[in-house]
Amino acid sequence: MKLVLLSGSNVGTKTRTVIDHLAEAVAAYDPTIDANVIDLAEADMVFADGRNFTEYTGDTSRVARELMDADAIIIGTPIFQASIPAALKNVFDLLPTGAFLDKVVGVIATAGSSKHYLIPAQHLLPILSYMKAQVVQPYVFVGESDLHRGEIVSHDVLQRLDRLVEDTIMLTRTYASIREERDAAYGF
Amino acid sequence: MSEHAQLHTTPPQHSAASESRPSQQPNYMHEFGLDRGQGLQFGIYSLGDHLPDPHDGSRVDAGQRIHEFIGYAQAAEAAGLDFFSLGESHQEFFASQAHAVILGAIAQATDTIRIGSSSTILSTSDPVRVFENFSTIDLISGGRAELVAGRASRVGLFELLGYDLRDYEELYEEKLDLLLQINREKQVTWSGQFRAPLNDAEVLPRPTRQALRIWRAVGGAPASAVKAGLAGVPMVMAHLGGTTSVFKGTVDAYRHAASHAGFDPATLPIATAGFFHAAETSQEALAGMYPHINEGMKRTNGQGMPKQHFAQSVHPASIANIGSPQQIIEKILHQHEVFGHQRYLAQVDFGGMAYADVMKQIEIIGTEILPAVKKHTATASADSDAESAGSAFESAEEALS
Repeated sequence: MKLVLLSGSNVGTKTRTVIDHLAEAVAAYDPTIDANVIDLAEADMVFADGRNFTEYTGDTSRVARELMDADAIIIGTPIFQASIPAALKNVFDLLPTGAFLDKVVGVIATAGSSKHYLIPAQHLLPILSYMKAQVVQPYVFVGESDLHRGEIVSHDVLQRLDRLVEDTIMLTRTYASIREERDAAYGF
Repeated sequence: MSEHAQLHTTPPQHSAASESRPSQQPNYMHEFGLDRGQGLQFGIYSLGDHLPDPHDGSRVDAGQRIHEFIGYAQAAEAAGLDFFSLGESHQEFFASQAHAVILGAIAQATDTIRIGSSSTILSTSDPVRVFENFSTIDLISGGRAELVAGRASRVGLFELLGYDLRDYEELYEEKLDLLLQINREKQVTWSGQFRAPLNDAEVLPRPTRQALRIWRAVGGAPASAVKAGLAGVPMVMAHLGGTTSVFKGTVDAYRHAASHAGFDPATLPIATAGFFHAAETSQEALAGMYPHINEGMKRTNGQGMPKQHFAQSVHPASIANIGSPQQIIEKILHQHEVFGHQRYLAQVDFGGMAYADVMKQIEIIGTEILPAVKKHTATASADSDAESAGSAFESAEEALS
């Protein structure tokens, strides 16, 4: 199973902190999983211009292809101006409309205010649904006080993240096995 | 939307158009020889791909692949088909970059079948050179050449030939306008954004007839069909999949736009083009084609086709003509009833199919499918030219009222 952990901002550290923790949690849950962190802060991305995703070059090409090749993705997003960052939206714009078909996608959000709790539901999940993702239902919301100096200090958040990892992996395996059974039934 | 199209939709321009346009507007149905009651024309095409066989990864060399295209055209002619066409593509896994050159060879290797492109990427070519090439193919073939003008679906070509992707829409519209003008006028005076002006230029050689048969490629979305309709240009509508009812909307949009702009839709031919695969049973047809489509699309588009979607293509309501010969006959006849189109183009070749397998498809079309399609779509009486020309005036007046 290929799992991509996408830190969806070009600035800040909180989302990356949670993504790094998730990478450790995935390795602890099942070390055979091929997990890879993509941090948009470390990638030199161009804006989407409508071309087929195979035609980008450099980091843009690498990011697009790694996401397209993934079986599962966990997207980490901060909340900027009551929405997702432009850097993350650009990643979606690089990909075909059905990019997340047969992929399971989990979500974590970091935010400075608990008033942003429903932003992922309003701004991110509709995009993922449109792009045909199987979304892991509960997303994890990480507030300012859950983090301190690059560490997650809330036991509640840590346990929620463990559940997100388990749900993402379980659902990916479950959907793969359903698909295998369905495709075999077609007999071609 | 191009200026050209707006000209037809702006009411004050309409009175001028109604007086001059329909009389200038050619009756394409007649010019394309599609008004003789001979039934739905049946053609085959190849995109010109050069993909490995998904079963063993093997691939013939480019030279052999190009000879295969020529062989398909000869086989199509022998099977009694009306048309063979070849696509232009410059990306990896294709061998038909110089499609006009290959069509020149096909012109020489065949005698009666009409030949053309599917499609020529006009956006990144000079319309003068495109016209010269296809007029030449027309002369070599004794008047059998046709041209389908398309836009690129890949941007690599823009970089290869030095064009800016931001001009994607306008490059195509301007070049198609110029190509159509060259096709109609012996002396061309023209100026535009993407090429040096032409001042009373004579573009030679002239084709066998008064004009080349030129179609506009439409990807299936109504917006593109509307542009073809507003410009009053014959349309080739391509489809990867989906239901016939959805594409009916595109056909309606094309005819409605043509009517609105003062053209008589009855003078405008429509061709459809898409996946085709025949086998003894629909299950065998699915099994025979799926690996080629799925693996081929992964290589050329970056994403395969889900088996679930492909399985639906044998449904009678689906537009892809995959199934037993009898099922395909019924589908084509149903599509003809719904669209009222003049030509169907079967994509018999994709994703590293063995040459012998494609030849088998051509044989099945010629012996089983084509005779039935012709029998059910041919009409005894041919349309009168005078009637068609008359109705063009009437439509123009209706559009104004």
